[in-house]
Formats: sequence, structure tokens, C-alpha cells
Amino acid sequence: MLTKIALGITVIVSIFPIYWMIIIASRTNTDAVSVPPILLPGGNLGENIARVLATEDAHFLQGLLNSLIVTSTVTISVVIISTFAGFAFARLHFRGRNLLLGSILITMMVPLQQMGIVPLYQLMVDLGWVGTLKAVILPYLLNGFGVFLMTQYTDQAVPEELVEAARVDGASTMRIWWNVILPAVRPGMAVLALQTFMLNWNEFMWPLIVLTPDNPTVQVSISFLTAAHTTDYVLIFTGTALSVLPLIVVFIAFGRQIVGGLMEGAVKA
Amino acid sequence: MSVNLSPQRADPAPVRPRPGRHQQPSRRFWSQLDIKATPYFLISPYFILFAIFGLFPLVFTFWVSLHDYELAGGDAEFTGFANYASLLTDSAFWNAVINTVGIFILATVPQLVLALMLANALNKKLRGRLFFRLGVLIPLVTSVVAVAIVFTQLYGRDFGMINWILGWFGVENINWQNAKWSSWIAIASMVDWRWTGYNAIIYLAGMQTIPRDLYEAASIDGASPRRQFWSITLPMIRPTIIFTVFISTIGGLTLFAEPVMFGSNRMEGGSTGQFQTIAMYIVKEGFRDFDYGYAAAAAWLLFVLILIGVAINYTFVRRIGGTK
Repeated sequence: MLTKIALGITVIVSIFPIYWMIIIASRTNTDAVSVPPILLPGGNLGENIARVLATEDAHFLQGLLNSLIVTSTVTISVVIISTFAGFAFARLHFRGRNLLLGSILITMMVPLQQMGIVPLYQLMVDLGWVGTLKAVILPYLLNGFGVFLMTQYTDQAVPEELVEAARVDGASTMRIWWNVILPAVRPGMAVLALQTFMLNWNEFMWPLIVLTPDNPTVQVSISFLTAAHTTDYVLIFTGTALSVLPLIVVFIAFGRQIVGGLMEGAVKA
Repeated sequence: MSVNLSPQRADPAPVRPRPGRHQQPSRRFWSQLDIKATPYFLISPYFILFAIFGLFPLVFTFWVSLHDYELAGGDAEFTGFANYASLLTDSAFWNAVINTVGIFILATVPQLVLALMLANALNKKLRGRLFFRLGVLIPLVTSVVAVAIVFTQLYGRDFGMINWILGWFGVENINWQNAKWSSWIAIASMVDWRWTGYNAIIYLAGMQTIPRDLYEAASIDGASPRRQFWSITLPMIRPTIIFTVFISTIGGLTLFAEPVMFGSNRMEGGSTGQFQTIAMYIVKEGFRDFDYGYAAAAAWLLFVLILIGVAINYTFVRRIGGTK
């Protein structure tokens, strides 16, 4: 019983800030600063959304669209690259396998986006890509964690015998990947895709530096909204709520898989 | 079965032509090439991209840090370790280091302790397990910038909910942004809110791999639940704890979005830099003041700090639950 109460309080604390964000998004500016705070929804949500979309210097819709493009491109790339490499590391024999896998594990400890921020910026300047989506997509196309996850997953989901049997039947390595590996590791790919999507949707520091204010991602867009309209709480909160919305939708649709995937990944790590 | 489908694992070339069937020499060549070369083809996308967007920036950062490198594409004058020397005597840099480490400790210790307690609670048999698990995980799903915006509002001086609640206990309104201690607490609480549930789920996963009969045997021997937690649960999930400590260390020492948003989207971290972190300092030096060489040197020092942090935490966590 005590456990349930403690857990219940934790869940309330977890949900409250999100709930309150949506409440304020449906209210007016006087409601937002009232003491005691107002905790029930009002009727201004539609009007507030229209105001966010009409705020020119935030380029909110553009930001939302950009985030969608960047995040889906990155997710697809990370999943494919990781599935390829995971297959090779888990089920193929080649010289230097352990060394190469080890090097990936070590580099997972290096915060590349922050360590390499100056040269990455220089690279984007030289390529003329500052302000374009290419600049935020390319450095994120790979992910050491993804390779690690797919290696573990392939190792567990595809029996060695299955690969050998396909070999004896004369299948080429790519054919084995397509016909044997791919169908078996689909759940792992889904988990990796969900995690990559969430992680990338949240990326803030690099887009803030390399993008221009008129072509932002959604996180950069709400940060501009905050800086330019400090006292318009409702505007800021509505924008913020809209930026979280896609993640909440993903979470409600795939919550069970996200929990399961996190737990599986943790056990294998 | 007459056909053994699993040849010896040590066999380096698993393809053997079946007896009685002759393979064409050219086909054999191609299949040998496939076995030797395709693995490298499969891992090459990762390593090629890593070379361009990981390794090259890392090495180049070091090169830049040895130069007086001011404008992108402009002149670079070799200055040796001058950037590092002036950083190490720069009180603003040390201020950022102290802030980062302070917020990191303030955020990580309660976070991991709470997560352990939460995981222990979630590991009991109860109805609505999935609901509770999803409930504690939902903060992870919100965006960092969004969390920071909502919490900054909650920590408002005049209309903030936290001050309002503290007012019930007779506490005067606190200007949370103003002092080191209060801004650190506010930022640490944002980190905790977002990550405690995540860590709890990771610990829960670790706990569920512990064989039940260990607990049964301990119960028979008369060990209390508390004793069982310290003597069985903690030592058994130590690898998981090490994993979360690594993740939190890297995340904590590179903290950026929360303090930036808490300071109205500026890199200074308050009027006297009371909550400016190292990541903010790097962005300010490099991309607001355009001193790239200095920023690059700071980035390498951040990396050194992470290595120190990971080493300290590792030796510390290794002691958990005895000498094993």
C-alpha cells in the first residue's frame, strides 16, 4: 500500500509539469500568472495556437517541418547503418572484428558534438552548408550506441546455425542479411528507431549554432520564442506544448515497446 | 538428422562445397570474396561517417586549440599551449567548471538514489505495473527545452508555483536565478525530473535478471527486505549502476539546454555567470566572441574533465556492495 502511494505521488510529479503546460496553453496571460495557480483547462487553445503560428520571428511551422525532416532522415540512416554493422559484428567473421567493435564502444564515451563543435562548424562553412538542414543531418547519421544495440540484438535474435544453413545453401552475405537477419531483428530496429527519434527531436546545441533564425528546428524555434516574448507566457507555453506533442503521440502509441526496449538494452549493456 | 547444420565455430571459412557437387572455380572465387570482403562493406558506412564527423573534428579541435584561430577560414597563428595556459588561469572558465561540477553532483546523487528506490518499488508485484512504468518514464519523452521553459516558470519569483508552495511554510519569495545555490538547485531539479524515471527503468531491468531463489534463500536465513536489498540487489545490479553513472557523468558534464533556457536563451548563465556551464562557456567563446582557438582548448579540457569524472565514479561505484 505504501509502495503504491509513493509510486502514485511519483507519477503525479512526473505528469504535472506536462499537464500544467497544456493548461496554460489553453488559457490567457492573466490566468498564467494568477496566484493560486489555475489548474483546469480554459477555452483559448485554438486561438493560442493560431498566435504561435502567426508569430513571424519564430518560424514555428518551418521549425516543426524541419525537425520532422531532420529527425526522420537521421532515424532511417542510424537504423540502417546500425543493422548492417550489427549483423557484421554479431554474425560474420573478419579480421579486426573485436578491435573495431571495441573502438566503437570507446568512442561512445566521447561527446563528439560538443568536442568537435569548432571543426564541424568550420567544415559546414567550407561546404557552404551553414543554415541548411544538411548541416544538422550529416553529423547525426551515425550513432555508436545504435551499432552496439543492434550487435547485441542480432546476436540474441539470430541463431548462428541459421546463418550457417543459409551459407551452405549458397546464399551470399547480402542475401542472408535480407532474408535471414532483417526479418529477425525488426523489433530491435523499432526500438532503436524510437530512441533515435526522441533523442534527435531534442537536439538543441548544434542546431542553435549552425542554423539561421529563419530556418530553425523546433527546439531552436521555441528558444527564440522565449527570448523575444519574455512576458507572453501563453505564447511560449503553447509553442512548447506543440513541440512536445509529436513525442507524446509516439509515447502513447509505442509506450510499451519503449519501456520494453529500454529494459532490454539495459540488461544487455 | 543426417545433416549437421552447425559446423565447428572455430572454422574460419564456413563454406564448404557439398560432397558430390562441384562448384565452378569462378563461383568459388566470388563466394570467397563475398565472405572476406562483405563484412567490411557492411561496417564501412559507420566508419566512413565516423572518420568525417567524429575523428576528424576531434583531431582538428586539438589542432585549432594550439592556434590563435579567430575567424572561420581566416588566419591561424600557432601559439602552442597558450590557449590552455590562459584558460587555466581564467577565472571565468573555472567558474564554469565549478558550476558544472556543482550542478552535476547536485543532480546526479539524488537522481540515482531516488531511481534505485523507485526501481525497488516497481519491482514488487503490483497491479497496473505498466501504468506506473509509463508514468515515471513520461518526463523523458518531453523535450529538454520544453522542460526548462516550464520549470523556469515554476521557479518564477513573483508568480512561480514553487515560491507559492514554499510560502505556506513561511518562506519569503526566492529569486531563483539570482544566487548560485538557488539556480543550481533549480537546474538540478530539471535534470532530476527528466532522468530519474529513466534510470529507475534501467535499474528495474537489472533487478529482474536476479534469480528469485536468491531472495528465497535469504528469507529462509532470516534476512530482512532491507538487508536483502543491500546484500543481494545492489551487488547484483552493479554493472547497471556503472552504466547509469557513465551516462549521467557524460550528460551532466556537458549540460547545456537547461541552464541556457533558465537564463533566457543566453550563454552568460546569469548576471554574474552563477549558472554558466562549460558547454555554455564553449559556445560563448567560440560562437558569440568568435575565439575558436580558445573554445577548442576549452572543449579538450571538458573532455579531460569527463575522463576524470568517469574514473572517479568508476572507482567509487566499484566499492558498492562489498569487495566482489
